[in-house]
Amino acid sequence: MYGLFAVFWKELADNFGSRRFLLLFILICLIGVFTAYLSSQAIMAKPEETPTEFLFLRLFTSYSRSLPSFVSFLSLFAPLLGIIFGFDAINSEHSRGTISLVLSQPLFRDSLINGKFLSGLATIALIFVSILLIVLGLELHMLGILPEGAELSRLAVFFLMSVIYAGFYLSLGILFSVLFRRTTTSALTSIAVWFFFTFFLYMFANVIADYVSPITKEVTEEVILKHTQVQNMIMRISPMTLYGETVNVVLNPSVRTLGLVFPAETRELIPTPLSLSQSLMIVWPQIVTLIALMLICFAISYVVFMKQEIRSV
Amino acid sequence: MKWVVETTDLSKFYDGIKAVERLNLRIKEGEIYGLLGPNGAGKTTTILMLLGLTEPTSGKALVYGYNSTTEPLKVKRVTGYLPENVGFYEDLTARETLRYIARLNGIPDKRSSSRIDELLKVVGLHEVADWEVGKFSRGMRQRLGIAAVLVKDPKFVILDEPTSGIDPEGARHILELIRKMSREQNITVLLSSHLLYQVQRICDRVGIVSEGHLVAEGSVDQLGRETAGESRAILEVQVEDLKPELLDSIRRIEGVREVSSSADILSIKCDRDLRREISKVIVDSGTLPLQIRSRDYTLEEIYIRYFQRG
Ligand SMILES: Nc1ncnc2c1ncn2[C@@H]1O[C@H](COP(=O)(O)OP(=O)(O)OP(=O)(O)O)[C@@H](O)[C@H]1O
Ligand SMILES: [Mg+2]
Repeated sequence: MYGLFAVFWKELADNFGSRRFLLLFILICLIGVFTAYLSSQAIMAKPEETPTEFLFLRLFTSYSRSLPSFVSFLSLFAPLLGIIFGFDAINSEHSRGTISLVLSQPLFRDSLINGKFLSGLATIALIFVSILLIVLGLELHMLGILPEGAELSRLAVFFLMSVIYAGFYLSLGILFSVLFRRTTTSALTSIAVWFFFTFFLYMFANVIADYVSPITKEVTEEVILKHTQVQNMIMRISPMTLYGETVNVVLNPSVRTLGLVFPAETRELIPTPLSLSQSLMIVWPQIVTLIALMLICFAISYVVFMKQEIRSV
Repeated sequence: MKWVVETTDLSKFYDGIKAVERLNLRIKEGEIYGLLGPNGAGKTTTILMLLGLTEPTSGKALVYGYNSTTEPLKVKRVTGYLPENVGFYEDLTARETLRYIARLNGIPDKRSSSRIDELLKVVGLHEVADWEVGKFSRGMRQRLGIAAVLVKDPKFVILDEPTSGIDPEGARHILELIRKMSREQNITVLLSSHLLYQVQRICDRVGIVSEGHLVAEGSVDQLGRETAGESRAILEVQVEDLKPELLDSIRRIEGVREVSSSADILSIKCDRDLRREISKVIVDSGTLPLQIRSRDYTLEEIYIRYFQRG
């Protein structure tokens, strides 16, 4: 156990001292502050148009004309956060020749990889907590509001899901750092996967959906529905979709279904807000899948690493 | 007799290619054992198997009776290892590096700090203890490596090529350090090297590996006698004027086995010390012996012999 702790604290100190941490921290905080600032300005400009319920949560999901919402920013940047703290976890130890130094000490081999994973998660969690606190302070100052109890618990779930989402890419980065000896290869491969999930999968899903249920001129609702269903199904391979759907439901207590909702239906829905557990019921498959993806990636890197030969070159 | 290291038919194949084959190695408590062999002989592979850092294809390795493959942690608790081309975290200072290693061994900072100070003095790095390792020279890194090995207070130390890439003076210093720690703290040492004449001074016993096999083992003297075979001594004689007849008359002396010459130096292999008889023959032939030197079998000759045979 002491081995794990020693690695964890050393890596945490390394992470916090690193330039990449500083850079990301500043970047993400700026995004947080800007989006929160702009959305609260929008609220202040037309206070009568905004429902007062769950005002605080709205700050994260609402978007102004000039800027997308904080959540969509995060779904784009959180993966980079994970990748940056993971992509060179193991192979940099190989190339520096420090791995034999560490693994010739009496600690289980998995302590190294576990310690690195946990310290990466802790670093990411700390970044997210600071953003939440900064936004909180900003809102208190600008609008004079504090989140209510219900909002706080939803924020906590949002926070956890964001950490897990970034954690998936962290374990993906670690996996590539175990598989590839060169840090440039592992970095590029991680970025490629992120790129695929973020940009290509959408086009890919569209093409398949068009093929399965082509949208022609005389389109029926059924066809559109099927089209969307196919598209959603494919999109759900992507952690980004899983995260987006989860967070959307968790931060919007009024959202009752996922996917396409026809205008006719919406009008009939009375927007009574759901309780947190009701919201979670809607997205639990997404939550479980996201956690599973993270754990699978980590498990593979774990298994491969345990069998690797430790030879300094 | 309890062995510190005991391997039985230890073998390692990489995709069917032999790195180490049926190696039976035994190291006694308190001795300095030199594992010698050319590049690619299988020294590092052997060491990695002893530490459980790679799995043997067959056979087994015991260190202090612990199986290296199934109980690597117990082995590593008593064994210090200096890898070849050891690397350090460039942005940690020497002191921080040692502290991290102590923590990995479960030694709390309170207990390790005085030992670390002491070790830094022993290896001569106390003045640069708070420099980042990134600024260290090769020799300083190697000395830091030795300090790192000693942090856990090991009973057994494995040093893979401890002097490679270090100037002769630095190498001498490091070897002296190794000998001192072995003698003063009764630490058993296994060191690997391909620079035999450099390490022979401090080794109680050497094992020569070639292509994954242990081809010879014993003290340097023992191996020397074996190499020499029948003849016991080699004399090197420098003469004033070397004539071919002289070679013949020396060959006729009883007890001389072999005579060869290069420039004005004669190299004579003989059964016993024939210095007296040989100088007489030289003087009788009308020239003068300028210098007569009796030469030991250096490890290098041993080495060459076993390598040529392998
Ligand atoms: N990962 C590997 N895959 C395949 N072959 C390997 C691997 N590692 C080592 N070998 C081979 O095993 C043999 C023994 O290598 P080893 O590193 O043990 O030699 P060595 O005696 O330590 O040499 P050196 O003096 O150069 O350090 C070599 O022929 C090498 O090519
Ligand atoms: Mg080697």
